[in-house]
Amino acid sequence: MPGLRLLGSELGVLFRRRRTWAMLLALAAIPVLIAVAVRLSSAVPPGRGPAFLDRISQNGLFAGVTAMLVAVPLFLPLTIGVVAGDTVAGEAGLGTLRYLLAAPAGRGRLLVVKFAGAVVFAVAAPFTVALVGAGIGAALFPVGPVTLLSGDSIGAAEALARLLLIAAYLAVSLVGLSAIGLFMSTLTDVPVGAMAATVVFAVVSQVADALPQLEWLHPWLFTHRWLDFADLLRQPIVWDSFAANALLQGGYLAVFGALAYARFTTKDVLS
Amino acid sequence: MTALPPSAELPSAELSIETRGLSKRFGRQMAVDGVDLAVPRGSVFGFLGPNGSGKTTTIRIMLGLAAASSGSVRVLGEEMPRQLRTVLPRVGALVEGPAFYPFLSGAANLLRFDAADPEAPAGTRRARVRTALERVGLAHAADKKVRAYSLGMKQRLGIANALLAPRELLVLDEPTNGLDPQGTREVRHLVRSLAADGATVFVSSHLLAEVEQICTHAAIMSAGRLVAQGPLAELRQAGQSRVRLLTPDAGAAARVMAGLGLTPDGGGISNGGSAGTWGEVLYAPLPAGSAAGAPSPEELVAALVAADVRVRGFAVEQGSLEDRFVELTGEGFDVAQ
Repeated sequence: MPGLRLLGSELGVLFRRRRTWAMLLALAAIPVLIAVAVRLSSAVPPGRGPAFLDRISQNGLFAGVTAMLVAVPLFLPLTIGVVAGDTVAGEAGLGTLRYLLAAPAGRGRLLVVKFAGAVVFAVAAPFTVALVGAGIGAALFPVGPVTLLSGDSIGAAEALARLLLIAAYLAVSLVGLSAIGLFMSTLTDVPVGAMAATVVFAVVSQVADALPQLEWLHPWLFTHRWLDFADLLRQPIVWDSFAANALLQGGYLAVFGALAYARFTTKDVLS
Repeated sequence: MTALPPSAELPSAELSIETRGLSKRFGRQMAVDGVDLAVPRGSVFGFLGPNGSGKTTTIRIMLGLAAASSGSVRVLGEEMPRQLRTVLPRVGALVEGPAFYPFLSGAANLLRFDAADPEAPAGTRRARVRTALERVGLAHAADKKVRAYSLGMKQRLGIANALLAPRELLVLDEPTNGLDPQGTREVRHLVRSLAADGATVFVSSHLLAEVEQICTHAAIMSAGRLVAQGPLAELRQAGQSRVRLLTPDAGAAARVMAGLGLTPDGGGISNGGSAGTWGEVLYAPLPAGSAAGAPSPEELVAALVAADVRVRGFAVEQGSLEDRFVELTGEGFDVAQ
C-alpha cells in the first residue's frame, strides 16, 4: 500500500526529529518533577495543589494521573500545536512540499497522512506522561490497590489500565485540536504562525469555557470535555463522557478536516 | 514582438510539453501571459528569461503545483493537472532550487521523496537511491545530514531526486546554480547522457552560455510572455548580424557608414575598451536580408577604403543568442561562468 508506506515515511520523519523527542521529554519531565517534589517534601496537605497530589505518597500510580491533569490545559495543547501546525506549513517552509507533490504524493493522500502523523503524536504525548508517571511513581512510592470515586477498590494492575484509559481519553480529546492545527497549517507557509494560531485556539476555547456568560457556547467548545475523565474512575466504568467527548472531537475533525481539504487541494503551492 | 510560430507546428503527439494560451494572474499582475510552449520530444530545451519573467511560475503550473488562470497544459501528451497521477511519475523535477529536510541524511531524503511516489516500487527503492546518488557523485555523502551539505551538494542531491526513476521528461530549473565549474561540466554531461537515453530535458536557466552549449531548442520569456522559441540554430539566425571594424580613423569611418545608411555604434569604452594600438573598434548592425539600399559588407569596405579610412580589421559577426535575447527582451543577461 503506497499510502501506508508514505505514512511510515511520515512517522520516520516525525520521530527522527530532535524536536519531537524534546517535546516528549519535556512532557515526561512533568510527572518526574511532581513525583520528586512530593518525595522530597515531608507531607502534602490535602486540598492544596493539583488534584490527587496528596495521594501520590500513598500510591505511586497517582503521579501519572496528577501529571496528566497538570499537562492538559497548556503543555499537551502546546506540543500538539507544534506538531499539527507544522504538518503542511512546515513542508512549505522547507520547500519540500513542492517535491512531495511533484513526486506525486497526491494532495488528498498527503493531507490524510499528515493528519495521521499528528494523531500518532497526539496518542504518544499523553501516553508518555501516563507511563513515565506510573514508572517514576512506582520507583519512588508504594503501589497498591486504588480506591475509586465510586468507593470500590481495584488492584494495581487494573489501576494501571485505568491510567492508560485516561491517556486514551486525552488522546481522543486532542483530535479536534489536531484537526484545527492541520487547517491552520494549510493557510500559511510559516509554520510558527500555524503553531501559534493553534495554541491560541486552545487557550481561547478554555477561557471561553470558564466564562459563565458564554454558557450556551460551552457544549460546543472542543476543550469543554478535556477534564471529564472522572467517569473512567468509577466501577463499573461509565462511558458516557468518553462517548460524548469522542462525538465532539469527531465533529471538529469533520469540520476542520473538510476546511483543510478544501483549502489544500485548491491552493497554489508557491513555496 | 517577433514571436516565432510554435516549433514548426509539430503534431501534439510529438511534443513532451505543450501549453496553449497559458496565463497566470496574481492579483492585478499577469505573471504568465498567453504562453504557447511547444517542447519537442527528445529535445534539450532551454527555457530562458530574466528573473521574474514567469519561468518558474510556468514550471509550477506544468507540474500541477499551481493552477493556471486560463489556458491549457499537456505534459507527455496528457492533460495537466487532470492526469497528474499518471504523468508525474514519468517526470523528474528540480523546481526553484533544491529543498530537503536538514535533519535527515541525503539518502533518507531521497527515500522520503521516493516513498511519496505511489508508482515507485518499494522493493528497489534503496538500490535506486544509491544509483541516483552515484550518478551525481554524492555516494560518499549519502549518510551525511543535509544540514552539513554545501550549496553545490544540495544542488546535486536535487538532481539525484529527479533521477530516482527512469523518466521521460526532466524539468530542471536552474540546474547548475551553486555548482563550481567542474560541477557545471558534470551537469552538462549528465543532461547530454539523459537526452541520449531518449528523455526530453527541459532546462530553465539564466546562464545563456550554458543553454547555448547543451540545448537543441530554446524559448525566451520576457515579462510573462513567450517572445521566441524554436531550434537553437533558427533562433541564432533570426538575430541581427553586424560588422566589426578596426580602424584608427573612427570619425571618418562613422561618417562613411552613416552615409550608407548604417548606424555605427561608437567604439571605445562602450564596447569594452577597444581603443588599442591598432585603433578603435566600431560596430554597425547589418540590416537583415536584402533590405532596399542596404550595402553589402564588401561594398562597405570598398567605400571605406575609397574614403581613405585605414581598415585594419573587418568582420561580419553572426548574431549570438545573447544579442537575440537582448533584442527581444530589452534586458541584459547574466553570462557569467
